[in-house]
Amino acid sequence: MNFDFSDDQKQLRDQARKFLAEKCPPKAVRVVLDGKEAYDRALWKGFAEMGFLGVAIPEEYGGAGAGHLELCVIAEEVGRALAPVPFSSTVYLAAEALMLAGSDAQKQAWLPKIASGEVIGTLALFEGTGNPSPKAIKLAAANGVLNGTKKPVADGAIADLIIVAARTASTGRDSDISLFLVDAKAGGVEAKALTNLDPTRGQAELTFANCKAEPLGAAGEGWSILTQVLDRAAVLTAFEQVGGSDRALEMGRDYALDRIAFGRPIGSFQAVKHMLADMYVSATLARSNAYYGAWALSTNAPELPEAAASARISATQAYQHCAKNNIQVHGGMGFTWEFDCHMYYRRANALALGLGSLSYWEDQLIDRMRKRNAA
Amino acid sequence: MNFDDTPQEAAFRETARAWVAANAPRELEEELESSSLGRIRLKHADIVEVGKAWQKKKSDAGWACLHWPKEYGGRGASPIERVIWQQEEGVYGKLTQPFQIGEGMCGPTVMAYGSEAHKRRYLPKLASGEEIWCQLFSEPAGGSDVAGLRTRAEKRGDEWVINGQKIWTSGAHYSDYGLLITRTDPNVPKHKGLTMFFLDMKSPGVEVRPIKQANGMQEFNEVYFTDVVIPDSQRLGAVGDGWNVSLTTLMNERMSIGARLATGFPEMFEFCSKLITEAGLAIDDRATRSKLASWAVKASGLKYTSYRAISALSKGERPGPENSIGKLVAGVMLQDIAIYAMDLEGGAGVLTGADETVTQGQFQQMLLTSPSMRIAGGTDEILRNIIAERVLGLPGDIRVDKDVPFNKVPTKGRS
Repeated sequence: MNFDFSDDQKQLRDQARKFLAEKCPPKAVRVVLDGKEAYDRALWKGFAEMGFLGVAIPEEYGGAGAGHLELCVIAEEVGRALAPVPFSSTVYLAAEALMLAGSDAQKQAWLPKIASGEVIGTLALFEGTGNPSPKAIKLAAANGVLNGTKKPVADGAIADLIIVAARTASTGRDSDISLFLVDAKAGGVEAKALTNLDPTRGQAELTFANCKAEPLGAAGEGWSILTQVLDRAAVLTAFEQVGGSDRALEMGRDYALDRIAFGRPIGSFQAVKHMLADMYVSATLARSNAYYGAWALSTNAPELPEAAASARISATQAYQHCAKNNIQVHGGMGFTWEFDCHMYYRRANALALGLGSLSYWEDQLIDRMRKRNAA
Repeated sequence: MNFDDTPQEAAFRETARAWVAANAPRELEEELESSSLGRIRLKHADIVEVGKAWQKKKSDAGWACLHWPKEYGGRGASPIERVIWQQEEGVYGKLTQPFQIGEGMCGPTVMAYGSEAHKRRYLPKLASGEEIWCQLFSEPAGGSDVAGLRTRAEKRGDEWVINGQKIWTSGAHYSDYGLLITRTDPNVPKHKGLTMFFLDMKSPGVEVRPIKQANGMQEFNEVYFTDVVIPDSQRLGAVGDGWNVSLTTLMNERMSIGARLATGFPEMFEFCSKLITEAGLAIDDRATRSKLASWAVKASGLKYTSYRAISALSKGERPGPENSIGKLVAGVMLQDIAIYAMDLEGGAGVLTGADETVTQGQFQQMLLTSPSMRIAGGTDEILRNIIAERVLGLPGDIRVDKDVPFNKVPTKGRS
């Protein structure tokens, strides 16, 4: 059994960690947090130069053709460093959708530009309150144009390429939904930035008015493709969450070792030790579930849907748990803007919602387990 | 990343599988399969008797204590081969319950501190199950605080005289030998005055009394020592070094990688998939799904955590500390699952009779037994301390009795 990343993959993780420690310290994250920039452009350029953006994109489309395990280890570091760049929207959503459903011409047109950092991509799925569901998609596609509104769209205000889930029929079936590809620079779509829990990652409302769009994948296949894209993104996001959980745990541990109260380090009090031990437990469970998701993703195993849902739930729970208790260990200082704890708390809770909330994924997991048991 | 065996591992697995297929007591398979929690009870056979037969058969073919050296009854196998064997032994591994303390804790301690003559005399018979060993550590005054033990050993010539009481000794009533930690010097701080021995459980003055547990069963014992004589030659380690010797024993307790811990999840998923409530199938209920999903990812998280440890063994590396989370997660999960399963049964959940409940009373039994899972082999609180101190590097507790002679340490709280 070799249920672990290879030495090369671990080396890539170390390389990414070193790069991010240097180029993306909390100070850099705060530039975006404080609204001075929409995202960290220099860091984004660095990601392209390091080959992070195209690591899972095949060489014929301008990527490194390494694979998804390599992307997983990078995602972990992106999460650990709270990198304020549109990595997940571009790489886990737009690039994955293109690789799954794009025509050769579409892949040729967009994937090399994603790998080189020229293009920021995203997926426009949500239309207000609610979880992913074909019924919730009202934005209409007809005669090659889109009309309707999407919100929230992660990184929607800075995206060049938008994958849009649209309604092409009204039979009440999943096949009512098709995917479209929109070049944001071509006009017909207007973006309005929205305030959100985690200002280090932008959210927007996109309004499409007779916006020209080309189909992505076959008509009526949209929901099926989307489900696959969300599963893949769930695994990759789980690695971001695992990275964030570990960092929040480390911050809490370090503070507990340094902070003296009642004449001793607070880390010597069992109430604090046990809180940190519980954080370690949830972070460990999440990491192991994420590894299983990584295996399923990288081998395109039939277990992927179930593995992705498990990874998603476990990582969401762990990150929320670690981020909130990191603040608790820090006490009053943890509630200041100055300390970094709230940045992890914000990111943990924003990531928990982005691909559908916890309750959505709980439903998915139980449905998928039942399906397997019935088979 | 893959779940495949290396060619050597695959060959070893093939050999093990073939041997199990040809030799296992298949008539017990179904019964063993369905018993998931606590001590195994077989309907028509005594677990110790059946277990002894299975262990002896294994031993004759070189499948007992297979990570031990050959001259002491083992096979000289690697850690990963031991894990593969456990996987292939499967449900029949449950038959080895009476020998697990001996194999996991007493044997390694004799191996580390016994004389060559002791090792050749005792270890092969321990491995073959012909002689069963128990571990005499816990006392009424020393559970989590093992070093607070009070059983006295006093030197008399070439012998030691033992007086005191141990508790929570599994298998004492059918054990042939016991690993015994005693206090030999109460005038020094508690960790310094301890000494380890092994003894014949049939020695005069040893009295074994079963404990009636909170769940109504009797699986453990109290063991009383009245002027029990042990020759000095059965001392393990130096006089006063018993604490260090015990650490060897306890470290081995936590090394059981690959052992599947019962979480109650498969039973619960099955139950919720079939239970029809007024609102339809239980598994279609939002609140139930949410709980099931949380338990599902804990169960899968534990499974894949152990796979990570197995992978480290396969590469010849030492597994990381991840495996220390197992019992902490599984114990409380059993308890929570039992309580929710009964909640779904409604008023009838109160009944424990096998014929009265939809699941033959299994969750009621789980409820009553699960508290022990959170206590035995390290309480949840001790496990959290271990994770906090050894994994996260947080400071140890301030120990107020550390430098105090043992006989000056307070023995009562409110009085």
